[in-house]
Amino acid sequence: MLLEVKDLHVYYGAIHALQGISFEVNQGEIVSLIGANGAGKSTTLRALSGLIRLRSGSITFKGENITLAPADKIVTLGMSHVPEGRKIFAPLTVRENLEMGAYIIKDRAEIDRMTERVFRSFPRLKERINQLGGTLSGGEQQMLATGRGLMNKPTLILLDEPSMGLSPILVEEIFRIIKEINAEGTSILLVEQNAQMALSVSHRAYVLETGLITLAGTAKEIASNPQVKEAYLGI
Amino acid sequence: MQSVSKHQKPITIVSPNSFLAWIGKFLLILLGLLALYVLAKNLIAKPSLFAQNVLDGLKLGFVYALIALGYTMVYGIVKLINFAHGDVFMVGAFVSYFAIENLGLHVWPMVVFPNITPMLGSILGTISVILLAMVICVLLAITIERVAYKPLRDAPRIAALITAIGVSFFLEYFGLLQFVFSARFISYKRPFEEVTWYINDGIHAIEKGVATPPGSITFSNIFVIIIVATVLAQIFLQYLVRKTKIGIAMRATSFDKPTARLMGINVDQVISFTFGIGAAFAALGGVLFAIAYPSIRTLMGVYPGLKAFVAAVLGGIGSIPGAFVGALIMGQAESLTASYISTPMRDAIAFSILIIVLLIRPTGIFGEPEKEKA
Repeated sequence: MLLEVKDLHVYYGAIHALQGISFEVNQGEIVSLIGANGAGKSTTLRALSGLIRLRSGSITFKGENITLAPADKIVTLGMSHVPEGRKIFAPLTVRENLEMGAYIIKDRAEIDRMTERVFRSFPRLKERINQLGGTLSGGEQQMLATGRGLMNKPTLILLDEPSMGLSPILVEEIFRIIKEINAEGTSILLVEQNAQMALSVSHRAYVLETGLITLAGTAKEIASNPQVKEAYLGI
Repeated sequence: MQSVSKHQKPITIVSPNSFLAWIGKFLLILLGLLALYVLAKNLIAKPSLFAQNVLDGLKLGFVYALIALGYTMVYGIVKLINFAHGDVFMVGAFVSYFAIENLGLHVWPMVVFPNITPMLGSILGTISVILLAMVICVLLAITIERVAYKPLRDAPRIAALITAIGVSFFLEYFGLLQFVFSARFISYKRPFEEVTWYINDGIHAIEKGVATPPGSITFSNIFVIIIVATVLAQIFLQYLVRKTKIGIAMRATSFDKPTARLMGINVDQVISFTFGIGAAFAALGGVLFAIAYPSIRTLMGVYPGLKAFVAAVLGGIGSIPGAFVGALIMGQAESLTASYISTPMRDAIAFSILIIVLLIRPTGIFGEPEKEKA
């Protein structure tokens, strides 16, 4: 088991945002967390990557307990988080953004190799290499954020709403690349509001409702569940 | 934040305020024209004296630039006006004083290598003194950051600001103690001899007891050293911030700390590093200031510190080229005011500039208005 989350509780002040959620991601899997706005999907990812403190619960990654580890330490273990809203470094160029993605890699040749790898998936970024991150279009920023997340060669990548605000063509493109990343051996934990797309690429999925996991199963099972169909797939 | 946005609501009705603002602007323009007139009159009357004043202003401005860089960098990364920065500058001057007076650090090359040329010897000696001052100031600044500012990083900004003023007072009044630096003016022994030249039909060395011909502009090796050292420091900083990994990480951290942490950047280390760089420049400034104006005292950092702060605001706080340009303007304003208006007025002018900048363009010359984060 690559990632094991047990009984996670997170509070924002008095608000009980995560009320004891447990799930796991296995090596090579794409796992989706689906749910409505405010269900706690992003909070879950932020807790995993160390950006917010847990009240209780435990997180084990590659057999190591990372519950209390700081964010910059967790990255070095091989977990990469592409945050919600892309969070591109606007005053940095595309190249510098990618360099920051590879911050933990010391070997120059390795960084260049990863940059080439990212450019193969996202040729648009190569054309914009010296442009400031803040001047990119929304789709390009999403590509840059995803590319940046891949630069440190993660074993597990957490993707938060990679399709948000993108045109249908770009959504297709992003999901094609998600599958491609996974095929090369990176496990993926995907948070999406676009449940249909997410389920179509995932192996397994969890449904999150107001801080609780209400449903778990293979992507097919979830997609055929009548309640999910009604609430998230709009069928 | 909220009160600011309220304040920025456009006022549609004609109020007495707009009339007052108009008078204010009119007076400012009048004042500016008056200043221009005084300057132009003196430039035409005695061009060589004017050039001399500009040169003196440059010397001051370059030292201010070294201090202002620290203000602006620290502000850029933690949004804190580090008022203790001027006192770090003072500590730099004192460290170099003790290194010269008590350790004789400036003559070590001559002692260790007796055959060395005096020129090379004093260059190496002076660099050693500066390096020692830098190391001590870097350690001091990093300690200040860890002890006083880091615990307040998530507190409201005003808390850290008040703490910075507190740290500044602590350094000043601790230094004033009799057994620390005391309250005396201490005459500073330079690590090298001053050599002066005058410009009048070419450059000539000034000999002792011989008057320079009228209309000459004089300058010294100290002036040259200050310009060269500051320009090198500025180039180094530009290289650091633009080209190195830690420099890019500084910019990333300054823009968005949580996301920087997701990249694996140790934000605490980057912040310490920024304080360290700022302190190293302040130390360099302190040593050069003491060499240029060789009388030091515990409160010597107060005015240069405040003026460098004004320079940073004038240039646009957070902007490195801004700090440099702002400092040069401050140096000129001070030198020209002291010469053509009155010496005590120079401090008043410095702070008038602060008020005018805050009234007319609070973001400074190179600053961009702070945008609300989405």
